[in-house]
Amino acid sequence: MNQALNEAVVESTGMAVVDDALRRSYAHGFSTDIETELFAKGLSEATVRAISAKKNEPEWLCEWRLAAYRHWLTMTPPDWAKLRLEPIDFQAISYYAAPKRNQPKSLDEVDPKLLETFEKLGVPLHERARLAGVAVDVVFDSVSVGTTFKKELAEAGVVFCAISEAVRTHPEIIKQYLGTVVSTADNYFAALNSAVFSDGSFVFIPKGVRCPMELSTYFRINARDTGQFERTLIICEDDAYVSYLEGCTAPMRDENQLHAAVVELVTLARAEIKYSTVQNWYPGDENGKGGIYNFVTKRGECRGERSKISWTQVETGSAITWKYPSCVLIGAHSSGEFYSVALTHHYQQADTGTKMIHIGAHTKSKIISKGISAGRGQNTYRGLVKIEKSAIGARNFTQCDSLLIGKQCGAHTFPYIEVKQPNAVLEHEATTSKISDDQLFYCLSRGISEEDAVSLIVDGFCKQVFKELPMEFAVEARKLLEVSLEGAVG
Amino acid sequence: MLEIKDLHVTVANRAILKGLNLQVNPGEVHAIMGPNGAGKSTLGYTLAGREGYEAASGSVQFNGQDLLALEPQARAAEGVFLAFQYPVEIPGVNNTYFLRAALNAQRKYRGEPEIDAREFLSLVRQKLNVLHIKDDLLQRAVNEGFSGGEKKRNEIFQMAMLEPKLAILDETDSGLDIDALKRVAEGVNLLRTPERAFIVITHYQRLLDYIVPDFVHVLADGKIVQSGDKDLALKLEDEGYAWIKQRKMVEA
Repeated sequence: MNQALNEAVVESTGMAVVDDALRRSYAHGFSTDIETELFAKGLSEATVRAISAKKNEPEWLCEWRLAAYRHWLTMTPPDWAKLRLEPIDFQAISYYAAPKRNQPKSLDEVDPKLLETFEKLGVPLHERARLAGVAVDVVFDSVSVGTTFKKELAEAGVVFCAISEAVRTHPEIIKQYLGTVVSTADNYFAALNSAVFSDGSFVFIPKGVRCPMELSTYFRINARDTGQFERTLIICEDDAYVSYLEGCTAPMRDENQLHAAVVELVTLARAEIKYSTVQNWYPGDENGKGGIYNFVTKRGECRGERSKISWTQVETGSAITWKYPSCVLIGAHSSGEFYSVALTHHYQQADTGTKMIHIGAHTKSKIISKGISAGRGQNTYRGLVKIEKSAIGARNFTQCDSLLIGKQCGAHTFPYIEVKQPNAVLEHEATTSKISDDQLFYCLSRGISEEDAVSLIVDGFCKQVFKELPMEFAVEARKLLEVSLEGAVG
Repeated sequence: MLEIKDLHVTVANRAILKGLNLQVNPGEVHAIMGPNGAGKSTLGYTLAGREGYEAASGSVQFNGQDLLALEPQARAAEGVFLAFQYPVEIPGVNNTYFLRAALNAQRKYRGEPEIDAREFLSLVRQKLNVLHIKDDLLQRAVNEGFSGGEKKRNEIFQMAMLEPKLAILDETDSGLDIDALKRVAEGVNLLRTPERAFIVITHYQRLLDYIVPDFVHVLADGKIVQSGDKDLALKLEDEGYAWIKQRKMVEA
């Protein structure tokens, strides 16, 4: 059975909103004037070799990249998503950009201009990080510029560093796991990423270790005409646990910029990874000019019995979002979760959801998706729940809700369900609602302003997802939604 | 406090209020009765400032201000409160959080300092005590999954917290059984003060057994056709609204 259960296309109607939405304020739109080493635009085998050489990579990794590149050449971009975009000119992008004063041995050697940038973004690399108790790795364009708390983490046996560094310091682990969850041939953008990935984070939690603090990576695109292709790999051995957060921003630029990341997660027996994202790439202006094209492949494999992977994402940025964080549930009794808030405003488009692949017996999965559309935003939930014959006693619960603000936005739902094991239990709930005049007037009549009323209602709508986020992130996510919805009703 | 003069209101191109006059002084309770479609709820919405319920002509003065010129949220902060006939559900938004947001928005408008969480909670406890409301109401989302009685009691609780100068109760008795009705009326009576005025909109007299009005007005075809004391309500109960219609026909 392979059946798209329904296609619900809902155009919102009936709410009195004016269209002259206020200019959305994007607080992270500044760029840093810093000397950058930039590769010439264009992509060829020579580019791939040059990136590899820049990173002093071993021969096997360079060959791995080249194989991915050659395979990519045979592929075509996916066209099945509900997205409208201009074809991407892959020769018009520079595939490597790095601040010139690079390779700091410690945080004290990091270019002060960079520290200032991240300070401005609210990502403290120094003392304040100590207070927050969160270890941070920051990736600026194509390179990691610093990781905090290295010593403390090392004492616990945790490895948290740039992936380019891990290639040198932990080659055997990289070789064992890289590309085993998302293969170089997995899809068009994953193949491209495999060929040209520049940096990203590496996390390894050995047997029995609970990571003593939250780990977080902050991605920043700064240089013009570049793409960002980071690669993240997180491994939790038996009984290990980690909570990992990522955040991202980019300057406001008129042209679209490409971000094509790959994230691979592996949990062994009884291990757990909690992966949270607050995605706030530049979304473009109110007329749909500029913004990041966000094509991301995120997948986790629960290889061990009773292991768990949980994805939580708050997607407010990017002109285009194409992203399906997924769980492959191999170990018996393993479980996968996906909690998502995706917001599209102005001309933003999102086609996002998840895949839950049940292979092991008694595997469980849960999907909670909240889509919010405002302005002319188009928001699509696309999700696959697949139960293999071997997944005896598998269970899935899916809830996907859409909220419409205004008359010109759209919400679309494409759930795919494939079941090969007859005793599996699947539940699917879906709702579409809009902020009603009644709700709005009720708030106004209590003294609450229209803008605050919308935030309040949206906040209530997203509650199930926000409560999965670590505290500080939940606060940030809330604020972000507020800012992103500015001018949605007027 | 409130002075409505020759108010005409058109809703969706239909004239609903056609020259309504009403004066309300501090501490008074005015009951507005009338048949369905007379414009009772329209009066409540117009005073609270609902979009689509704009005055075509006439004036409304509230404590010396032109009420109709104010945004709905400003009217709330100036002390106008509408208890809804059908209180609205806001899923996922905690009742307490909602109330605090409302109270602080009003305080901010009035130039008063915001109330902090602890102060707010002690105020909540105090009001709950007075109204004999169980505090599980506070943990739930605004009106979500509430019974009819709970929704109406929640409206009264909001009124207690926001301490308006003028409270308009729109068919607060509708859909309530007699026990629930008594409890809601009891709450309203506890909130009566020499300063606070009430406009009680109702179709049935029975609510007025429990909330005893100073004045009763009969609203028919967009204007007040008869005013009197609480005995007028009893007469309406006995004779229905038909005699009003007849009398109007005679006048015409």
